[in-house]
Amino acid sequence: MVNPIFPSMMSNIKEFQPKAEVRNLDFYYAGSNKPALRSINLTIPERQVTSLIGPSGCGKTTLLRCFNRMHDLYAANRYEGGIYIDTVNILAHKVDPIEVRMRIGMVFQKPNPFPKSVYENVAYGLRVRGEKKREFIDYKVEEALRGAALWDEVKDRLNTSAYDLSGGQQQRLCIARALVTDPEIILFDEPTSALDPIATNSIEELIGKLEEKVTILIVTHSMQQAARISDYTAFMYLGELMEFGQTKIMFQEPTHEKTKEYISGRFG
Amino acid sequence: MQQEQLSNLRANIERRKLISAVFSGLGLLIIFVSTLILFILIAQMMMAGLPRITPQFFTSFPSRHPEEAGILSAWVGTLLVMLVTALIAIPLGIAAGIYLEEYSKKNWLSAIIEINVTNLAGVPSIIYGLLALGLFVYQFNLGQSIIAAGLTLALLILPVVIVTTREAIRAIPNSLREAAYAVGASRWQVVADHILPYSFGSILTGVIIGLSRAIGETAPVITIGALTFIAFLPDAPLQANFPFINFNWLKAPFTVMPIQMFNWVSRPEPEFEVNAAAAGTVLIVMTLGMNAVAIYVRYRFRKGIKW
Repeated sequence: MVNPIFPSMMSNIKEFQPKAEVRNLDFYYAGSNKPALRSINLTIPERQVTSLIGPSGCGKTTLLRCFNRMHDLYAANRYEGGIYIDTVNILAHKVDPIEVRMRIGMVFQKPNPFPKSVYENVAYGLRVRGEKKREFIDYKVEEALRGAALWDEVKDRLNTSAYDLSGGQQQRLCIARALVTDPEIILFDEPTSALDPIATNSIEELIGKLEEKVTILIVTHSMQQAARISDYTAFMYLGELMEFGQTKIMFQEPTHEKTKEYISGRFG
Repeated sequence: MQQEQLSNLRANIERRKLISAVFSGLGLLIIFVSTLILFILIAQMMMAGLPRITPQFFTSFPSRHPEEAGILSAWVGTLLVMLVTALIAIPLGIAAGIYLEEYSKKNWLSAIIEINVTNLAGVPSIIYGLLALGLFVYQFNLGQSIIAAGLTLALLILPVVIVTTREAIRAIPNSLREAAYAVGASRWQVVADHILPYSFGSILTGVIIGLSRAIGETAPVITIGALTFIAFLPDAPLQANFPFINFNWLKAPFTVMPIQMFNWVSRPEPEFEVNAAAAGTVLIVMTLGMNAVAIYVRYRFRKGIKW
């Protein structure tokens, strides 16, 4: 495909299976006439890790939160354009945000487990669907905790409070909470910014494993992290998508002047 | 650093620490004095009233003879009025608080409602009495009854319950709401599974503080025409034959503890003052008891929940 704004932008993309397509997306925060996102066009590859990078305030988190309609929680935020998954625009009014959030999971910047037991934290995604079968929930909780590489650490204390876990464990618990409902995409909003290097490392390893099963979109402040874990990278600047491409190629030969400056650390 | 500079610096620090010490001393003094005054007031009343607090005092109706008079109709009346007040104010107040925080859109209408609710908390209680006299007693024809008094006091503490509910809900970090929404919870699921359980302790504290305010209110209850002398009890809410429960008590005339006290204080015979002190002691113990429950509940519910 050819990007209408930056025809050169998509040049270094090898063939991939698209999972979601952002088309001409504009986003306005409540009461603002200035778009926080401007004509974003982006294709998210299936079962790959795509990272969103850029300086503070560039709109990367705003874009991420469009994917599960988080902005709908606050009145008068406005989308224009669309994000298409299987030809359905998930930003359309007739699409229920609850449906979108059931298909697209999210892991937040700060670990935010519920003040409940480890087990209940993971099971909650099933409970909201009205799932009652005890054996099924047990099975899914174990599967999700294994998927989040946490099972061995918590299997003996599933009924203790999630707040007794360490920060890194809490974040993996949040990943398990997102995994339990088998989402198609998981959004990560700077998932390691509140963690120490060891916990960060384990989360990064986990993301590498998860991409075999699920499409991952991750916002990160750290360019090293983007380089380490992502297959594709999108660079954003002042609410616009500057450049998108394979991470390896982009970090070596960025096409756009701004990308070059950002990657080489001249601003940020 | 030069010796002179260093000593200047130290003198400066000493000066600032002195101001700090003066303030903390002053604060301690004020707290001490006000607590002492409260303590003396209560102690004085208790000393006067305690000898009068016997089982007979709780099981006797008011009487012309001070030594035979008791608070039976008053404490039963207070209990029943509080029951009505609680049953109305708690669900309404909590529901209103939840609606305002979690459901309503933030616009000029919600801003007006917010200002009004806060202002209502400061309206003198006798104004509520006047409103209730016109609305409940005459318009709705409820008469000078327990239900009218319960509704009046419910109205009086509703703003307190709403405001504390909102504050309790606001204390829950947004990240927890987003976490619940992100797995696909509906608004009601977020409220029922998260908002209410996490804020329950604080909400209950507010409710009990509201109720302990209502229990001591006199003016609005006098305004709607509570009796000062009543020598019979309302029908019991439970009965032996079908349907086992009756609501006649709601329409019964009544009196409450503070009115009984007021009545005794205004008598010329000094013996009745002892009765008033005794009733006051009972009322204080009731209020302190409710506050103790509030503190305990808050402690219990906050223990497992922190963020």
